[in-house]
Amino acid sequence: MTFTLSHFSAAVLFALFASTVFGITQRNTTREQVRYGLYCFALFVGGVFAAGWVMWLLRR
Amino acid sequence: MAKTSTEKAANAAAPEYPLTTIAIVAPIVGWLIPGAGHIIQKRYVRGLLLMISVVAVFLIRKGMNGRVYGPNGGDILEMLGFVGDLGSGVLYFLAMIMGWGQAAAAHASADYGKTFVIVAGLLNFIAAADAHHIALGKKP
Repeated sequence: MTFTLSHFSAAVLFALFASTVFGITQRNTTREQVRYGLYCFALFVGGVFAAGWVMWLLRR
Repeated sequence: MAKTSTEKAANAAAPEYPLTTIAIVAPIVGWLIPGAGHIIQKRYVRGLLLMISVVAVFLIRKGMNGRVYGPNGGDILEMLGFVGDLGSGVLYFLAMIMGWGQAAAAHASADYGKTFVIVAGLLNFIAAADAHHIALGKKP
């Protein structure tokens, strides 16, 4: 089976799974783990959008 | 009652987190089978989530035909790529046995796939270290 992901979908999947691992491993309580996982996910996806806009500006 | 000097010396010498058998076994099992280091310590939900995350990242790589690094002594980045890939434990050995990721990259997504498999390994290293900390008692 072969599939092709766009750069964006690959980045979002990466963010989802990496955030899950970061949340579980870097915090102690369940509540802290969920909050940290969501924080990491937001930073990853926010970084993707920020980098996208920077590249758009550089291209102009 | 005041402690004797012998008791004080014994307390000072005793490590805060003594190394137990499970503290050695858990990270090894966790490295070989992603999430299993947590599962054997009865952290079932955490273990399953870690397993799903690492296996999913690895399978995405397979779908994108990303390269899997074999043992090598060449370029430093290739050697680091091998170390990262090796972190996936049995998934890496399975990939080597099945010959996955040996073909030349045909399109851009194969390059993402190569990165995904390295990330899967590195995430699993973090999970194995976490299993070690749980076994030591540093983490609930």
